[in-house]
Order: sequence, then C-alpha cells, then structure tokens
Amino acid sequence: MVIGRTANITRPHLNGRVNCQYRNKCWLGCPFGAYFSTQSATLPAAVATGNLTLRPFSIVTKILYDKDTKRAKGVEVLDAETNKTYEYFAKIIFLNASALNSAWVLMNSATDVWPGGLGSSSGELGHNVMDHHFRAGAHGEMPGYEDKYVYGRRANGIYIPRYRNLFGDKRDYIRGFGYQGSAGREGWSREIPEMSIGGGFKDELSEPGNWTMGITGFGETLPYHDNRIFLDASKKDKWGLPVLSMDAVIRDNEQKMRVDMMADAQEMLEKAGLKNVKTYNNGYNMGGGIHEMGTARMGRDPKTSVLNGFNQVWDAPNVYVTDGAAMTSAACQNPSLTYLAMTARAVDHAVGELKKQNL
Amino acid sequence: MMNRRDALARVALLMGGAVIGADYLLTGCSPASTDKTQEKAGDSAAASNYKPLDAKQQAYLDEVGETILPATKTPGAKAAKVGSFMAVMVRDCYTPADQEIFTKGLTQLEEASQKLNGKGYLESTPAQRTALLTALDTEQKNYSKTKTPEQPNHYFRMIKELTLLGFFTSEPGATQALRYLPVPGKYDGNVPYKKGDRAWATT
Repeated sequence: MVIGRTANITRPHLNGRVNCQYRNKCWLGCPFGAYFSTQSATLPAAVATGNLTLRPFSIVTKILYDKDTKRAKGVEVLDAETNKTYEYFAKIIFLNASALNSAWVLMNSATDVWPGGLGSSSGELGHNVMDHHFRAGAHGEMPGYEDKYVYGRRANGIYIPRYRNLFGDKRDYIRGFGYQGSAGREGWSREIPEMSIGGGFKDELSEPGNWTMGITGFGETLPYHDNRIFLDASKKDKWGLPVLSMDAVIRDNEQKMRVDMMADAQEMLEKAGLKNVKTYNNGYNMGGGIHEMGTARMGRDPKTSVLNGFNQVWDAPNVYVTDGAAMTSAACQNPSLTYLAMTARAVDHAVGELKKQNL
Repeated sequence: MMNRRDALARVALLMGGAVIGADYLLTGCSPASTDKTQEKAGDSAAASNYKPLDAKQQAYLDEVGETILPATKTPGAKAAKVGSFMAVMVRDCYTPADQEIFTKGLTQLEEASQKLNGKGYLESTPAQRTALLTALDTEQKNYSKTKTPEQPNHYFRMIKELTLLGFFTSEPGATQALRYLPVPGKYDGNVPYKKGDRAWATT
C-alpha cells in the first residue's frame, strides 16, 4: 500500500501556481493552480511562449486531407456561435480532442477516400473502447483511535498496486486491478441506530463518528473489437453534425475480476483489523470511470492499428493523436500522466521529423 | 483520486440508506416534470398537478425540523430555514410519486398529532411534539427495515432526511454546529481529538 499519485503541487511553482491548500475541491477547477490542469499549468506556459493562438467556440469538423501528397493540410472549423466555417492550415496537426471526440473527428474526415474516415483503413478506428471498471470493493470500521482526528482535506488517498496474475499468481481471468481507498471518521450522515431525534441526537451528529476505511478496485477493461463508437448518420446535433453512438459493455473477464475486487478487499480489511467489513458491487457502465481510451490505437502494423509507434496516423503521418484514443491496453492505472508522457515523446518526434523535412 | 460522482455519492447515503431523490441529486436535480421521470414514476398526473410547498407549509416544516434538530448550545433546524430547503428539494429532486407522498405526509402528521396528543402539531407543547416525532421515527425505522425498493417511501423518513441534509449543509449548521474550514492550507492526518470537539463540515 502506498500513497496515491496525484498532480497536486506542494510548493509554489511557475506561472503563479500556489501550493495545494488541502481543500479537496480539485474537480471544481483549482483557483490556486495547485492541481494540474490545462487551465492552471500548460495553457499559461503556452501563452508565455508568445506562440499561442487560442480560438474558443471552435468545433473542428474535419481534418482536411490532400490526396496528392497523402498528408493532412489543415482543419475545418465551425464557429459554434456564428455557424460560420473556417479553414486553418498547418504542416503538423495534433489531434487531442479526448478519446471519443478525436475518433469522431477522424471518422468525419477524408470520407471521399475512406468511407469510414481518416485512419479507418485498418478497420480499427472507433473500436476497442476501454475504460476502468470500478465501484466494487469493501469498507469497514476501525475500532479505537477515538482521540485522533485530521486537520485539512488531502485530495488524495491510498493506492494498492496490482498483484493479481503477477509473480506466479493465476486467476480465472486475465490482467488485474489496483485499489484506491481512504480512511476517515464518519460525519453527520452516519446512522446512530439507538438515537432518534432531539438535542442529544443533533449534538452527537455534530461530533465525528467511528473511523472507517474503504477500498475500491479499479480494473482493466480488455480491448474488445466489438466495443465500439460510430457515427450515427440518422441523428444530427444542432450544428448538423452526426452524433456519436456508443456500443460497449464489460464482459466475462471483467465480471470475474469484480468478484476478486470484493473478496480481496474484504480479506485485506479484515486482516488489517477492521470490523463489520462489508463488500459492495454497485454496478458499472462503460464510461463511468471517465478514462475512455483505445478508439485510435497505436500499433506496429497498419493493418491492425490506426496510429504508428509515434502516434502518427498511418494514413496521414503529419497527424498525431496523443490522447486516450492512442492506447492499446487500459492497464489498471489512472492514465492521464501516461498521455502526457506520450504527448511529450510525440512532440519531440514531430519536431525532429520537421527538421529532417520528413513531414 | 476520487471523482466528483463518488464524492456526491458519499453525501447521498444518509441514515443507513440511500437518500430519497438521490438519482436527481447526483445528476444535478433535473425537473421532476420531464417525460422520463413521469414514465419511471408511472404517475404523470401528479407531476402536472404538483403544487410546491407554500409559505405556511414551509413554516410548519421549520417547526417540525426544530423538534428533530432543536437549538441546543448551537442553532437548530429552524434557524437553518429547513422548510424552504425542503420546498426546493421536493420540487426539484423528488419523483412525482414521492412528491405526492410528501404532500400527503403533512396531513398524516397532523392526524397522528390529533390521535396522540388530541391537538394539532403547532398547538402541542415541546414535550408532546417530541413524543409524536419519536413515535413517527420508530414507525419509519420499522417500515424501512423490511421495505423493498418498489414499496413507497415513508413520509417521515423524507422529512427527517431533508432536515438533516438541510441543516448540516446550511450556514448555521456547517459553521456553528460543525466546524467550517474553507481553506485549511495544510494537512495533518494525526491531530488530537477530545470528546465534544465538533466535526468538520466538509470532507
């Protein structure tokens, strides 16, 4: 068991970013810039170069593809406010609209050459949708420590790295899961069975309750070809663009894994001394983990993948896709930092190729 | 590490069960008049006929809430205006079926008061109010023990839930009954605690 890995800074940083204030409100967008986000970290850095032009309210409708050079030459943009269409041209395009929308842009591009869109020649574009399935685990009560409490709200918990199907372990499913979890004293929403209403009840609820701890499995979803997203030509959005349809479920391997997510959690918490340990499986639907990926996967072979090993679209090498769409497997870890690393690597590659005049 | 939906789901558990209306709480309270909601509740008439709680009913619920969570050394439910909180929650987050149970529940509460104390709730003494609501809480607890998800919710469970939710998330509840600390600035996972120290308002 280790502390979780989060992108919160603990001391002041560049671009006026202040250290974490332990509010645990990261998801609202950190006004201190302590939690990493595009708005707090990378956009200010990009602005500081003097080379950034931001065009808000822009819907990229397609990548403009040049049949003669077999390269992309730019993008078509629909202004969401005025409905006017613009074209922008570039030597290199980085398509990072997030996994599902990057696939959408590709599917909507170069359809005169490939009916399924740019990057569809392998038959894998939009397929192999993955996520992390979770909402199964256990929680219990820790007796004692009534004279202890916490100050502040650390926006982090504990992490238990994957151990299943590793080091000689073999289960009736493949791959595995990690756990995320936390401990704390119960708050006013707890049940006090022996109390009903009144002043004593209110004053009791105004004090912290027992220590509890819970852990939740985050499991790998396999890349099934049948799990896919596709353009629905029969449904258009308010701009007349085809909407994305999704057809993806977790299957036998994931369901078997969820049994272990509960049972292992119970065993660990009980061995750690927790009482009244209860397991739960609150169900899961694809996308619930908000770690969607795999819709334009990388690979060694253009026949089985959309992107090459440097995130370049096989069918248009000056188009790089470096968000979750590029992933070949989901593993069981939170993926954003991996996307960032892959992006840095791809950018370095693109600059090198540009200097060699290969793009 | 925890995402927003999880964080909200933690608040959605109350009194040992899921908060009534939690489906809508988690999605940001969609109006109960959508077609989908009506289909789910199978009661479209109730949606179109629903009358939000008026000022008199809200004042009545303030008094009911004050018996559930009275002012002690810290303010009570009335100071937190739980009646007006309930009006919004029932209007925006309850299904038509639950809205009907809640509205009828106000009449049922009044009838129970007549039966037990021989007078209306507002005319009752604090001791009589406490006796009545304690009995109703026992009734809803026993009912909830064997209730299946398909069976209707108990109106007093609704009132008690919304009183707790409204009070402890209100300014007087969060800052006086509990300790509110918007910007802690640091974290210490091992600080001394002695009985009587108030809990933090946010986790």
